[in-house]
Amino acid sequence: MKLEGRLARLCGYGMTAAADAHLFQPTCEDDFRALLRLARLTSRKVLLRGAGRSYGDAAILPEAIAVGLERLNRVLSWDPTTGLLVAEAGVTIGDLWRYTLQDGWWPPVVSGTMFPTLGGAIAMNIHGKNAFRAGTIGEHLEWLDVMDSSGAVHRLTPDSAAFRAVVGGAGLTGIIVRAALRMKRVPSGDLRVYAQAVDSWDQQFEVFERFAGDADYLVSWVDCFARGKSAGRGLIHAAWYAEGSPATLRAEHQDLPDTILGLVPKSVVWRVLKLLNRRAAMRLLNATKYRLGTVIGNGKTEHQSLVAFSFLLDYVPNWRWAYLPGGFIQYQSFVPKETARWVFENQIALQQERRLESFLGVLKRHRPDPFLISHGVDGFSLALDFKVTPSNRERLWELAHEMNELVLEAGGRFYLAKDSTLRPEDLRRWLGPNLEEWRGWRRRFDPDGLLVSSLGLRTGLIEP
Amino acid sequence: MKRYERAIVVGASSGLGRAIALHLAQAGSTVVAVARRGDRLRELADSSPGRILPLVHDVTRTEEAARAFADACTMAGGLDLIVYSAGFMPTVGATEFNTEKDLRIFAVNVLGAIAWLNQAAERFQQAGHGAIVGIGSVAGDRGRRGQPAYNASKAALHAYLEALRNRLYARGVSVATFKPGPMRTEMTAHLSLRNAMDPEVAAAKILAKAHVSGEHYLSLSHRFVFAVLRNLPSSVFRRLPV
Repeated sequence: MKLEGRLARLCGYGMTAAADAHLFQPTCEDDFRALLRLARLTSRKVLLRGAGRSYGDAAILPEAIAVGLERLNRVLSWDPTTGLLVAEAGVTIGDLWRYTLQDGWWPPVVSGTMFPTLGGAIAMNIHGKNAFRAGTIGEHLEWLDVMDSSGAVHRLTPDSAAFRAVVGGAGLTGIIVRAALRMKRVPSGDLRVYAQAVDSWDQQFEVFERFAGDADYLVSWVDCFARGKSAGRGLIHAAWYAEGSPATLRAEHQDLPDTILGLVPKSVVWRVLKLLNRRAAMRLLNATKYRLGTVIGNGKTEHQSLVAFSFLLDYVPNWRWAYLPGGFIQYQSFVPKETARWVFENQIALQQERRLESFLGVLKRHRPDPFLISHGVDGFSLALDFKVTPSNRERLWELAHEMNELVLEAGGRFYLAKDSTLRPEDLRRWLGPNLEEWRGWRRRFDPDGLLVSSLGLRTGLIEP
Repeated sequence: MKRYERAIVVGASSGLGRAIALHLAQAGSTVVAVARRGDRLRELADSSPGRILPLVHDVTRTEEAARAFADACTMAGGLDLIVYSAGFMPTVGATEFNTEKDLRIFAVNVLGAIAWLNQAAERFQQAGHGAIVGIGSVAGDRGRRGQPAYNASKAALHAYLEALRNRLYARGVSVATFKPGPMRTEMTAHLSLRNAMDPEVAAAKILAKAHVSGEHYLSLSHRFVFAVLRNLPSSVFRRLPV
């Protein structure tokens, strides 16, 4: 096969970082080897890119040979009796559930969108709304095949130390070419979803702990504009796998609706959001959402399909365009339960003081994970969305660095898939001795330092 | 001014090109400064360490342009803006017809531009973004008796840039032609120019509009005067003292 690349503008999902690179889309292992040879021949670096759903600069690198995974997208084997699925790295989370749900299985961990590839999900070690119960995707792998920069493929299992470096290694510790994932057995395609409005941080944490014992999924929206006694108010959703008809396992039952509230075509919603995407309107929208949440559905349980509950971000196609032209950054920090409230309260107070409030806040519960680049803690994470404009960009990065300081002081962690602001000094404090151990594995899998990303350079993950 | 992270300025060792390179560097861009005179480039690069990267190249060696362009993109880490500012305007006597001089004018002003901007156009077309700036001249608007080949070279550059603009319009790439009037540069030092513009002022005006496709004069009066001059019949134009 003749492998052809083209110069392409590669963008982080948040649209704040972009670079031109020579994009190739290999379809087999030999293509990867050819690209590694081409990189050596042309003295270029190799960038690994899944579906490009990382928000910051994890999947961009100027002038690199960019290796997109999307055409390496076959499910290689599926056993509906054991739930073990073997797939190539470019299979998406959407492909996974479509392949297995009719047999009564669901991916053990899914992100808020179904578009990331399996390879990207493993490289970033994604988590979902069940992180407190199921951990990260890396904890559900039977094995993975990774190609080193010489072209040799190694099968790694969870008991190997290398596995702990490659999972979450941000695509800098070899090319993940395929993996075996243990899917989760589900009784139906539906969840029982319970909604509760909470009026303060006190209630947020209290209700979270109440449900963390038995819920399968748990997530809360936080109004980042609320102050004083109302600070931390929001809406918690807890969900449990529901018993139900086998018909709910069919893809038709899962499909997301074409309209919002039965009226507005989904394709135009981002334009409406763009009009509202300013501080005053968002303050009002957040307050209204909370008020409505206290009267509509509060304290009630309803059935929702797995797809509708899991992939909220996919409800509105191209929702990120509402942040054009400057884009946005996602900021997610993970803090131990003892100090989470202090950190999040102070992060939001800082935002309000600077008039740089996040337009969206999402609180989740987590558990520790065993990987070298790990974001899991026995605690909570708060994910925030900040609109970036030419006039606020500098102040926003300053704010992020101050928020980083709070997180690090509290023994917290970060998540590379969403990062745009970490500095080398932050990374060193976060990872401690794990950083050197991880670099050791990087040197083993890629002694020439061929695999590079802008994120790796910016954060100092890659040695200068 | 729109921010360009990575830029190439061809003809950056003096005059307008130098001023544009400095202006971009001050605004935070990484600039590859391309010119023939290495000593001038090094001096320029030293004024903005890390921001201005020198690349020695003679634009009349068009066969080397593709390699030099690729090197420049690698040095800059990509490309968002290219400015072709190399120009040659020798003294030409009122009765002189010097083919060697005239061919050199075309080599620098037109052939060098085509060799460099074709590379940029192809790259930007694929990537779906980018800005191309060509420095034309009001002298390209009419054929004057004083500088036949220079006038023709700038007219050719204007037409070439217009064609690029029309080709790349649908690909999200902007192509801007700037037509400065008299400017105080080394190239014009031998002329006694009145009301000449400082290169620094011109550079600021050019970069403010670099992303706007079209032909631009640098002053309102030029726009007005040259709109009139362009439309004068030859029989009238040849009687004017220009």
